[in-house]
Amino acid sequence: MAASPPAGSGRILAGALAPHPPHLVYAENPPQNEPRAECGWENLRWGYERLRRNLDKLDIDVIIVHSPHWKTQQGHHVLGVPAFKSLSVDPIFPNLFRFHYDMKCDVELAEAIAQEGAGAGLAMQVMRNPDFRVDYGTITSCQLARPAWDLPIVAISSSRVYFDYNNDVGDRQMVALGRATRRAVERTGRRALLLASNSLSHRHFTVEPEIPEDMSQERIYHHGQYLWDMHVIDLMKQGRTRQLMAEMPDFIEHATSECKDGSLSWLLGALEFPDYPAEVHAYGTVIGTGNAVVEWQPPEHAVKGAVQ
Amino acid sequence: MSVELALVVPRMPHPLLCPDASPGYRALADAYAEARARIAALKPDLLVLYSSAWPCVVGHQIQADPFPEWVHVDQDFHALGSIPYKLRMDPTYSEAWAAAGRARGLHTRTVAYRGFPIDTGTVTALKLLDPGSEIPASVVSCNMYADRAETVVLGKAAADAISAQGKRAVAVAVTNISHRLHPAPVPPLEDRFASLKDDEWTRKLLEIFGEGRLEDVSQLARTFTHEAHADSKLKAIWWLAACSGPHNRYQGEVLAYAPVQGAGCAVVALTPDSSGAANLEFDEDDVDVFHGDRNVLDPGPEGGHVEPPRQAPTHSSVAAAPAAKPAPVQAPRVRTGRVDVAAHKAPKPVGAYPHARRVGDLLFLSGVGPRQAGTDAIPGGPVRDSDGHTLDYDIEAQTRAVIDNVRRILEASGSSLDRVLDVTTFLVDMDRDFKGYNKVYAELLGGIGPTRTTLAIRALPTPIGIELKVVAAAGDADMAALTGAARAG
Repeated sequence: MAASPPAGSGRILAGALAPHPPHLVYAENPPQNEPRAECGWENLRWGYERLRRNLDKLDIDVIIVHSPHWKTQQGHHVLGVPAFKSLSVDPIFPNLFRFHYDMKCDVELAEAIAQEGAGAGLAMQVMRNPDFRVDYGTITSCQLARPAWDLPIVAISSSRVYFDYNNDVGDRQMVALGRATRRAVERTGRRALLLASNSLSHRHFTVEPEIPEDMSQERIYHHGQYLWDMHVIDLMKQGRTRQLMAEMPDFIEHATSECKDGSLSWLLGALEFPDYPAEVHAYGTVIGTGNAVVEWQPPEHAVKGAVQ
Repeated sequence: MSVELALVVPRMPHPLLCPDASPGYRALADAYAEARARIAALKPDLLVLYSSAWPCVVGHQIQADPFPEWVHVDQDFHALGSIPYKLRMDPTYSEAWAAAGRARGLHTRTVAYRGFPIDTGTVTALKLLDPGSEIPASVVSCNMYADRAETVVLGKAAADAISAQGKRAVAVAVTNISHRLHPAPVPPLEDRFASLKDDEWTRKLLEIFGEGRLEDVSQLARTFTHEAHADSKLKAIWWLAACSGPHNRYQGEVLAYAPVQGAGCAVVALTPDSSGAANLEFDEDDVDVFHGDRNVLDPGPEGGHVEPPRQAPTHSSVAAAPAAKPAPVQAPRVRTGRVDVAAHKAPKPVGAYPHARRVGDLLFLSGVGPRQAGTDAIPGGPVRDSDGHTLDYDIEAQTRAVIDNVRRILEASGSSLDRVLDVTTFLVDMDRDFKGYNKVYAELLGGIGPTRTTLAIRALPTPIGIELKVVAAAGDADMAALTGAARAG
């Protein structure tokens, strides 16, 4: 990448909840993906379109994504290889997602995040194996938020801390990691977009329609999940993210939420718990799970006209 | 044709990538080598695997790419190096396994895509057990929602396909036992179990494994999961027992047990052995057909649909959802005349007769045996083989299955087991079987107290040891009036 910007001038320009169901990439039919679809999941895809329109107005120079599908049991890992080019096949939905990716990574920022995280007492590792395959969660969220692939990426793994300990311990670590991420962005002078790549409620149907994009089969797994999703989105729209964090452990348990993988808590920690309204671009279900595309632009950094 | 050796091996890559980094990793690598030698001596024509490191959510996926090839890097242990592999699968068997799963009610499908990310556990196991990829393999994923019933049926489907294709197979459960890792990497020479209680519970399981009691370990999986940090609920052991034979007649050997970054990893070999410990007890259902993951109260094709449970936020800004009400069971409601009942969850009749006939307030059941709906499998085994040779069978398991079939027919008829009034039992070997039959009968029907007659007969139409003839009160009959009338009579 180009020469690093001046240290200390960095900031987070925007953060987004950017869920990663591979169905959305499948339905968009980008040339990198092998399977072809007719259509499907338009609510969410059109929501991503609105997110992209807002993001295009910002002068972003790096995307930092926290993905539930790079699962690590020993701490938090960041990609530390300058470039990756390979084929990503979703082990769960290989019929939908076989994506040829070609991406660059911001290793300097990744190392800074690892240093800041370690300084906060977190177990951090930098992944330097060039044969490593990037997970489909990272790819899906990046593809949907910035399909041009013209910006370097920093990918952060999802530590299993929630599963090894409990939701409160997990949230504490993820908030600390979010704050470490923000410090690294500021220290390295980056203008960053942060993507939290998780669904909200996350109980799947365990059968799939013969035609995956058959929307007559698509609905929430159960009404309780939907009520929880609406409640959480309502808190985001009201700027009550501290209350959301307080309720996060219950949300995770009652709605089988993918927030248990830590992405949203990381994002809210990095944004220091927004008290300004989030812009909700879309809500929709994918094979029973609840997904929202939500954007936060810190008001002091917002581009004129980008925040409605 | 069957499973000739069952193995439990860990999912961690360390025995492959850094076997000499610690004595524990070396012990696991040596145990893998011992297992490899036993496989080579058996010369099986199939390795069939279940990997806890391959998660899925849509049913179960079975690998069917004939020669999957890639350079694998573990998501966690990428610093240990890359693992190039070229494996050999048996797509014909994989398809047969998937078909057998569908026949047993599972959502199973094969996958064969270039670049499919075969998991660390599978790659490690196959490279260490069959380095030259000389033996075709088949591997299935671990569904994150599946509980015991679904996983047991998946194992039975694997066995169905092994039998149908005449394979001599080695079954491999790729799983750690305990799965609590150190939160940060530890130097290999300082590796230790992350949890003392996980280690203690694992040693207890390994002691039972060492006695060859595979089914007992399978039935202890829930307990282990409650008490320790199990790897994926030990679903792989449920699968292994169902695939290899759900009993305790094995020669068991724990070839190694060691910590790998805190997790409890073991290599266990189980060789079928008729002189091993008998089936001591069964606390769990021996499920043959999967009926779905959330339908405990679903009365099936005869009845209505039960919504999954709701959990709604209690915050005041969210309206509470009304509780779901199951639809009423639809059953014959005719109080007079005759109504025939066919129960879809009971084995098909072997002749031209209904499962049950209602006359007035009474239900008369045709003779009921232990065969399982959908498969005709006989729990406890048949009493004779196809050539007429006598076999060793389990009369307690057969009796339990018979009474369960009676229950299914009664429930399909709108009645229930506690409304049974009179039982006639037919045994093909009174001397051998009365005691076991009587024990299970007392457990399941003794408290209900129907009148009973037990007869010895020469044979039954299928190779079963027991059949029951039952009369019961209909579901909407006035039980007090019926029994009162009986007392008056």
